[in-house]
Amino acid sequence: LGLALYTGSLCVVSGATFLYHDYCVIGAGPAGLQAAYFLQQAGRDYIVFERSHAPGSFFALYPRHRKLISINKQYTGKSNSEFNLRHDWNSLLSHDRRLLFRHYSHDFFPNADTMVRYLEDFASLLKLQVQYNTAIIHVTLEKNEQAWNGHYFLLIDQDRKNYKCSLLLVAAGTWVPNVVNFPGSEYVEGYETVSINPEDFTGQTVLILGRGNSAFETAENILGVTNFIHMVSRSRVRLSWATHYVGDLRAINNGLLDTYQLKSLDGLLEGDLEDLAIIKDKKGKLHITLRFYLENRNISAGIDSITLPQDELDNFATRAPYDRVIRCLGWKFDFSIYNRSLRMMPGKGNIKKYPQIKPSYESRGTRGLFVLGTASHSVDFRKSAGGFIHGFRYTTRAVHRLLENRHHGVPWPSTVYPITQLTNSIIKRVNEASGLYQMFSVLADIILLRENATAFEYLEEYPIGVLAELETQTGRKARNGLFVVIMEYGRNFSGADKDVFYYNRAVGEAQHAWQSNFLHPVIYYYKRLPTEREMRLRHPDWPLPRPDAIHHIVEDFLTDWTAPNAHILPLRRFLENCLSTDLRNFFAESCFLFAFTRQKLPPSCQQGYMRMQGLVGSQELRHHAVQAGLLQDYTHTDFSDDRPPDSHDGSQEQLMRDHGIPVRPLQHLVNAKDE
Amino acid sequence: MSAQKDRWISSLVFLLFCVSSIPKCGSASLQQEPSPQHYFSGLEAGKTSLAFFTPSVSPGAQLFLEQIESSAEALQDYGVSVVKVNCPKEDVSRYCGKENALRKAFLFRGSRLIREFPTDALFDVNSIVANVLFALLFNEVKYVETLADLENIENVLKGKSNMVFAYVPATGTAEHRAVMEAAFVYGTIHQFVLTTEAALLKATSQDDPDVSSAWLLFCHCQQATDPAQPCRRTALAQPLTLLSIHRHLKLMGAPLVTEVAEDPEKISTVHLQLGLPLVFILSQKETYEADRRTAEFVAWQLLGKAGVALLSRDLVDLNVLHRSNVALKTPDEGMPIQYLVLEDTDEVITLVEDKNKVKQIQKDEQEEEEEDEHEKENNNQDIQDDQVVEAVSRDKKRELPLEEILVLTEENFHSSLSKAAWTVVLFYASWEAVSLAVLRSYSEVAALLKETPGVLLSRVNCWDWPGLCSQENVTQFPTMRIYKEGQQSVTYGGMWGTEELSSFILLSQVSCPLKLATMDEAEGYLRGEFPPELSSHHHTSLLGVFSTATSEAREAFEEAGNILSGDVRMGMYFEDDALSLSGKYSVSPPALLLTRRGSQSVEGIPLSKHSVQDMVQMIRYQLLDIFPEITVSNLPQYLQLGKPFLILFSAGEISQMESEEMLKLAKGRPQKTFVACWLNLKKTPVGHGILRTYFSTTPSLPVLLWVNLHAGGQVFKFPSEQSITEMNILSWLEKLQAGLEIPSSTLSEEDWKPPLPAYDFLQMMDPSVPELSPHPGHTPAQHPPQSPGGDTARGDTATREEPSQESTAEEIGSPGRGLRGTAPRLAARDKLGKRHSEL
Repeated sequence: LGLALYTGSLCVVSGATFLYHDYCVIGAGPAGLQAAYFLQQAGRDYIVFERSHAPGSFFALYPRHRKLISINKQYTGKSNSEFNLRHDWNSLLSHDRRLLFRHYSHDFFPNADTMVRYLEDFASLLKLQVQYNTAIIHVTLEKNEQAWNGHYFLLIDQDRKNYKCSLLLVAAGTWVPNVVNFPGSEYVEGYETVSINPEDFTGQTVLILGRGNSAFETAENILGVTNFIHMVSRSRVRLSWATHYVGDLRAINNGLLDTYQLKSLDGLLEGDLEDLAIIKDKKGKLHITLRFYLENRNISAGIDSITLPQDELDNFATRAPYDRVIRCLGWKFDFSIYNRSLRMMPGKGNIKKYPQIKPSYESRGTRGLFVLGTASHSVDFRKSAGGFIHGFRYTTRAVHRLLENRHHGVPWPSTVYPITQLTNSIIKRVNEASGLYQMFSVLADIILLRENATAFEYLEEYPIGVLAELETQTGRKARNGLFVVIMEYGRNFSGADKDVFYYNRAVGEAQHAWQSNFLHPVIYYYKRLPTEREMRLRHPDWPLPRPDAIHHIVEDFLTDWTAPNAHILPLRRFLENCLSTDLRNFFAESCFLFAFTRQKLPPSCQQGYMRMQGLVGSQELRHHAVQAGLLQDYTHTDFSDDRPPDSHDGSQEQLMRDHGIPVRPLQHLVNAKDE
Repeated sequence: MSAQKDRWISSLVFLLFCVSSIPKCGSASLQQEPSPQHYFSGLEAGKTSLAFFTPSVSPGAQLFLEQIESSAEALQDYGVSVVKVNCPKEDVSRYCGKENALRKAFLFRGSRLIREFPTDALFDVNSIVANVLFALLFNEVKYVETLADLENIENVLKGKSNMVFAYVPATGTAEHRAVMEAAFVYGTIHQFVLTTEAALLKATSQDDPDVSSAWLLFCHCQQATDPAQPCRRTALAQPLTLLSIHRHLKLMGAPLVTEVAEDPEKISTVHLQLGLPLVFILSQKETYEADRRTAEFVAWQLLGKAGVALLSRDLVDLNVLHRSNVALKTPDEGMPIQYLVLEDTDEVITLVEDKNKVKQIQKDEQEEEEEDEHEKENNNQDIQDDQVVEAVSRDKKRELPLEEILVLTEENFHSSLSKAAWTVVLFYASWEAVSLAVLRSYSEVAALLKETPGVLLSRVNCWDWPGLCSQENVTQFPTMRIYKEGQQSVTYGGMWGTEELSSFILLSQVSCPLKLATMDEAEGYLRGEFPPELSSHHHTSLLGVFSTATSEAREAFEEAGNILSGDVRMGMYFEDDALSLSGKYSVSPPALLLTRRGSQSVEGIPLSKHSVQDMVQMIRYQLLDIFPEITVSNLPQYLQLGKPFLILFSAGEISQMESEEMLKLAKGRPQKTFVACWLNLKKTPVGHGILRTYFSTTPSLPVLLWVNLHAGGQVFKFPSEQSITEMNILSWLEKLQAGLEIPSSTLSEEDWKPPLPAYDFLQMMDPSVPELSPHPGHTPAQHPPQSPGGDTARGDTATREEPSQESTAEEIGSPGRGLRGTAPRLAARDKLGKRHSEL
């Protein structure tokens, strides 16, 4: 009912008619739909604007060769739906089990058309509020004291229709092709329009500008029919299996590397495209030269008067003329529709294709404007997966949770557990959580300790960039210390120049866990919440400031961190030492003994046995514990040994004699060491 | 403990000082002499030397030479130098010439030959030192062969000095050496007597002695006055070593009874320094003579085991019970002095002996542990010390009989629930130890209830189906729920034992409270005969009786029934003749009728409170027994009362008399200031552990204890000589309340700290140098310089070399250690292997 009241409520301001919604979402791609889903679930008043007639218009065109490089694993050997999302990079998050990508495609690398179909289903099955054929062409602000953030967002579409919102979620992706301007760039074909029919390239010599997946995908497609292909870009090739960044060159696209390295057929070149110049000769062949040579020349004077590099250096690498030059330089965010007052600024350096945002995904220029999806990748560019569906489906959820707290007084969802469940909660999450796994070093589970460390509160997938603001951002209190659970690769392991296959790259022993190289869980302990200053001054290689204690769970070949001795035991010791308590489990019998012989009880007895939920344990188990020396068997103890045999009830005790097996007392249980 | 050890070390240092302060001659351990002439010309008067003569080329005797060389240093402490004299080939003098002289060692004082030893008597360092000292101390150490010889010496010594009598199974042993070394130091103070005759040993010790082990007696002959009586003897209880003999002689030399007139906390005697307890006999002016005699008597009994001091209460202001007559001070640092009221001297002796026994065990263990610790400094962190986790992992190879338990999944969960009217679901995580422990009990429940109709046992592995578990709001593992069609599910909140689980499942079958329609049903219900499906289970039956007018109480009762469902057997009767039913038990509705387990009689309790919470609490309280037998599973219920325990530990069933007296006591105090209960050690053997903690050993049974579990943690023991009657206990309790009794023990207040430290990764990582490479063997590949036009890229690449990684691989471990992460413990044993990447 509330929804009905809001939607369609018209505001008349300064003569123009505005359609008002609390939330406006620009773009009905994966991120926009994902945001819409959470808003819908929370019962918020929202609308999604999509310029096309269907969701996911980017995927309708791209990738040009139609093969998605996001994996779609059918089988993992596990039924754990959360775990399986670790290897399902295409599904969006929802409660509807029909909306899992594996129901749409059996291909490991699915077709882009399937993605379009999936997104259509996602929008329609979940009845998301999407307004198609609405291209937002201008966004501006309207100051208003009443508004959530001191201003409203005014949106204008191609039909000059006006919309007004309290909060703007920009999920428009990066769709403006990167173009480089140099003399002769008019001869360059764009990835957007170049033919994808290999026959069109038969017997041709091709130069590709760019070295991303789109460049290699293009090369892969024509590799068999061309004379040779050269690729040029500013930086050296970055292989994703070396950098552990999914946006770098994926193994599926790297056929050209084979022919280059094996037979010097095709090749890669490094160079700044800005220095490049292309000259077309009379036969229509394209020659590479340098802008430098053209500086003092009149181009109109004709091809013959221009110096080519090979005139001076006769083995110049790209001296052979090309038939075609293709530009595959990626895309950038469309900054053009935002009024100057929104201060949507491009990032600096290699993130200039993305708008500047804070680690909370809020724009640096405008309060209340959040960037979602691919466009939000500046937060973890070349690090984690925030620019890809399998990553931003989680960051979108995180943004939603931040907003629920900020504007609706709904604190970040959390569960309170007794302290005895601490080890379990962490083990459960690091073994199945997908958000932590995909968004490693970006999203973290936060464990807030309650007073006296008898209980804790578990918050999932919080953006650690805003850890210092945790209390205001989540509405939860962190007064008694906290644990931060994240996943990390080994420092110095990932990188374009690293050999990730060297011998002894894997660590097997728990005590060397901090040297783990592959993705593994790391737990940071802080006695108090780090301040913003500490966050700012942290070492650039560290995702978080120096903790009071840190624990690495040793990397595991199966990413199964449930081994009792290698994984759980060291973790328990770490937690115990942070909390200064004993987190062991005890059988009811041990608790019974402690209740009679100690004034204080360990947490597992206090929270289990004393609440009449003691662990009795089967006969076999208690027998095993006795054999391990961790439990004493009193059934056969001879208690008359120290008495003279003629004591008054001796006869009965005589019967119990001779069963005495010397058993070590519960030394290590009773005498908790604290040296 | 460590303080005591320090004292040990200091006394050892002292001893070494004693032996090494004897002037030394020569600095080198083994002297070499080129020829006999050279050797004899250098001999000084009064200087002792052990010489052996060897031809320049010595065949064999290598073993002997090694031993004698290593004994040189030991002998040097006793002023004996060891000299090896080379015999020139042509020498035919007395020592060099004869063939058999070469097989001997000669002991000279000055140039006088004292003894010659065949080399086969000098087989090791012990025998060399023992034999040399034996020869040197010919006067100080008397060797006897018969009892008569011994008695003669003893008689001569009476009134003059004390005697140390030692038996060694053979000369040249380590014990022999220890006795000789002790004689070297103490030989001028005490007369040492040595024998190797087993007959003498048998004559001097009371029991049947072990002739293969050495034995030492200290005979107090100096104070012996009666020539007809043998001297008092104190045997050394420990094995014979130099240290133990020294300690023993120190103790024998200490005054028998020390008289003290100051704060016992400040007193320190040789006993405490040597790690033995000190017993104070508290004396008063009036009884001084008797106390002195007692003290001496006790002191003789405890000689060598503890010190005895006589403390005059008139001179020292003691803040202890007036009745206290004995105090015990232990050598442990920080342990308070225990003040006790003891009846006779035997108790004092038992007290000390038990204490020592415990301590000896602890010490042994500690030493063992320390050794262990030294051995594997860091490795014990990897050793599982969680009894549940360890038990489960030791049991993991056993296949559980889970056939009877239906496996539920996300797909079949709801359909399965709707199929059966009534489904038990265990939510668990297959990797979690407590879950797996409970699963074992659950499988036993399944076997027990196999024949029971209508019971469907099932399980959900939350590791496989996290969505289902969170949807069912399962946040902790394990969780057991009973789903009934059309009703809210009931979550189990009791002990995870087979018995408790099956009882809950069975009780849950019947609605709670069960509406009873007729008077007959109600009566049958109280007798435990109705409903028939529960008749085989003996529970306390609880029947709420309501008149039609008391609907408010009835609703609360029904609500309470929902909460207590499965825990309590509850019935409800509100027919027209409810009044006559309750009338039978002289209550009027609303009321509770209660038949306790194993009892026939029906109790009537009027219901006055009508809130659900009060009702639940009241019912739980009513279910508690008046004089319960405490077991592992019911203790928490009684602990929740927050009262001290008056608990009778019994070796088996308690006697009729004790039971009646205790019942009288419990019933006689309606305000219930304590929980009167008993414990059957046969049924609850862990009770032995409790008694052992309180008293070090199990006291004679039955034993009645007052345990302040909630305040202060003192444990008081009801005097064992009094019989357990209501009167005796009451008067004892009065004394307790008045503070006239001394606690036998106090529960430890220690916190539950982490049992072991964690790996300090932060320190290992040293974040100040985060660039500190975790892979020292790995050097980053060289970058080719980027040429501006991309013109030479190809040429560059052709000559580029990747640094070889093979060298690092060879350095660290062999291949095949792979299977990373699966075998870290295996790798832990192999110190080299910490990283691997091969399969």
